[in-house]
Amino acid sequence: MRVLAALSGGVDSAVAAARALDAGHDVVGVHMALSRSRAQFRTGSRGCCSIEDAGDARRAADRLGIPFYVWDLSERFEDTVVADFLAEYAAGRTPNPCVRCNEHIKFATLLDKALALGFDAVCTGHYARIVGRDDGTRELHRAADPAKDQSYVLAVMGTDRLARALFPLGDVPSKAATRAEAVARGLSIAAKPDSYDICFVADGDTRGFLRERLGSRPGEIVDSSGAVVGHHDGAYAYTVGQRRGLALGRPAADGRPRYVLAIEPVANRVVVGPADELAVDTLVGEAPVWFGAPPAAGTRCDAQVRAHGAAVPVVVEHADDERLVVALDEGAGLRGVAAGQSVVLYAGTRVLGQATVRATTVRATTVPADAVAGVAAMDARPTVRA
Amino acid sequence: MTVYLDHAATTPVLPAAAEALAEALAHAGNPSSLHASGRAARRTVEESRERLAAALGARPSEVVLTSGGTEADNLALQGLLRARRADDPRRRRLLVSAVEHHAVLDPAAWLAQHEGAEAVLLPVDRDGVLDLDALHDELAAHGDEVALVSVMWANNEVGAVQPLAEVVAAAHARGIPVHADAVQAVGQVPVDFAASGLDAMTVTAHKVGGPVGIGALLARRGLALEPVLHGGGQERGVRSGTLAAPLAAAFAVAVEAAVGGRAAFAARTGALRDRLVAGVLASVPGATPRGPEPARRLPANAHVTFAGCEGDSLLYLLDAAGVEVSTGSACQAGVPQPSHVLLAMGLAGDDARGALRFSFGHTSTDEDVDRVLEVLPGVVERARAAGLVAVHA
Repeated sequence: MRVLAALSGGVDSAVAAARALDAGHDVVGVHMALSRSRAQFRTGSRGCCSIEDAGDARRAADRLGIPFYVWDLSERFEDTVVADFLAEYAAGRTPNPCVRCNEHIKFATLLDKALALGFDAVCTGHYARIVGRDDGTRELHRAADPAKDQSYVLAVMGTDRLARALFPLGDVPSKAATRAEAVARGLSIAAKPDSYDICFVADGDTRGFLRERLGSRPGEIVDSSGAVVGHHDGAYAYTVGQRRGLALGRPAADGRPRYVLAIEPVANRVVVGPADELAVDTLVGEAPVWFGAPPAAGTRCDAQVRAHGAAVPVVVEHADDERLVVALDEGAGLRGVAAGQSVVLYAGTRVLGQATVRATTVRATTVPADAVAGVAAMDARPTVRA
Repeated sequence: MTVYLDHAATTPVLPAAAEALAEALAHAGNPSSLHASGRAARRTVEESRERLAAALGARPSEVVLTSGGTEADNLALQGLLRARRADDPRRRRLLVSAVEHHAVLDPAAWLAQHEGAEAVLLPVDRDGVLDLDALHDELAAHGDEVALVSVMWANNEVGAVQPLAEVVAAAHARGIPVHADAVQAVGQVPVDFAASGLDAMTVTAHKVGGPVGIGALLARRGLALEPVLHGGGQERGVRSGTLAAPLAAAFAVAVEAAVGGRAAFAARTGALRDRLVAGVLASVPGATPRGPEPARRLPANAHVTFAGCEGDSLLYLLDAAGVEVSTGSACQAGVPQPSHVLLAMGLAGDDARGALRFSFGHTSTDEDVDRVLEVLPGVVERARAAGLVAVHA
């Protein structure tokens, strides 16, 4: 096959391209320039947008002996991923930009362009497995290494695009094994740190980025009774389930920690309250994407709502091409699910499909106080991995 | 077989130049040393300087050797501005054409940002040729404040030869010095420094079959020029740094060959160019030639835009087919930037995206043109199918 390998300048995509070459494919490397104003050097744990990253990608291609190009997709990235990111936060939701990048850039713009230029597939360094079925269709599965699994952010691509994707790292046992393979292959970026933060947010300061792009919009922080307990600079900077950074002047009457329960963009209010009010009972998703037919009502499966959160058992109440409703098992312990996040359904390791969370209903039961510590450690802000 | 039609980026070193380089590299000696080895190296430099001067219509003392075209352009703009302002503080305006190479545009912008200069971009017409009326207006309005005028001899992207005689006449009528970047012109059109009336002119070796790493600023005797590089005081104190005798020797050989063979080169590459352009227009729908008619452009340059295509798609598909060309515009870390030349010519948005520059050289053949005409229709069709996907939804 003629394969376009997306090279971020990181170790995963370089080893993936090397494996595609080993498999006998005709491989060309492309680095996507996604930022309009690229910094000279990479800083911290952010993405792949600096000129230094493009240089690292070039050197990986040199080492592999494949042609290399840089394609400027920055306008498209700004118009889709960044615009969606801003609009979603402005609407009081919490988007996952890596999901949108896979949906709009990697497996849309890049893939479409590659196919039009005569390539058969796009290869990336994502950790996920593609399993071919006897009937010729393909399934998306979790990676062999659960710690690196990225099937969550890939579920948005759907069946047709999966047929044009290569994920050569799906069966790698660990990131350490990828690094060891990079060393063995003489790839100089073998020891490059992983990227975690949102690639287009300078300094990893999402709140600062939102304030700069959306402007300051001061408003009130209230509790469930409507009493004002604090003030904010812009409701968009908060995420359902968030505990840190609320800067509330007075502690709650009962002394328990408070969390963001809801964002009210029209009233420009942030509602806070105790952890037990975050417990979720039903998830409603929109714009579903399915690998095959939507699951029948009554199907028992697992749902994951964060890139690195655990999946919890659910029952499908309704699933079609418009809408998804799942009920959580009693005691599933899913709290603080923000609208805008993806909910991905799994049958074992197999991805059934995904939808974007539009609403949740909150469980009426009270969570024992001793469960609160677990919630505190769970930051609802999306942990993002390219 | 690779078809290399990117000679305006750099052209293969002439065997005679490579020979001169290797021969001079075999001898030790710093041209500034006073012993026999130093004298021998100095003799190599000075003979090279004399040959360069003779080939380019300059006096040997007017040749300031530099590391290349970019350094020569920087020396011209920074050196002239500083010298002129030291003489008359009002003279802070830099008049440069909007289609200059970045080696002229960026120092002008830097001087504006850091030294209180004012960079004035002179517009061009739809073919990329300087708008002389705009120059006249600018000189009439602010003549007393102009430090220098810099207009390239010929444009590197669309090949437009600029009306330098008129520029020189207009500027000299007000006592204003003129610099021209002639990097692309040497060996393609007649270039005579003295006859041009220019005060300063940039040339470089690697565009004419010499090695990369050496160029020169020809600076009229008596022209006040502040140095940019300070140090050992070489090149009459205007450009310090150990003189590169081997590079100078190869530079001289290449320039002599380019100037001596100019008429034949122009006839041969012009014919290849004309056949390429005619063939492209006949076989590729949506192709538009850019730049002036053949009589007013560099013979070895062709520039064509392909509607509905992106430059990087065209470049990739041609490269995969073994045809090496350029989008013509500058790159930042491999990303072609929108061409400031095409934008200055009034091309907007999508029209400027699918641009290709074909530039011929001393190794170009009829077979090169055949091969381009063979693959280009399919390449454009495919690039058009890929469309402007990266730009539009």
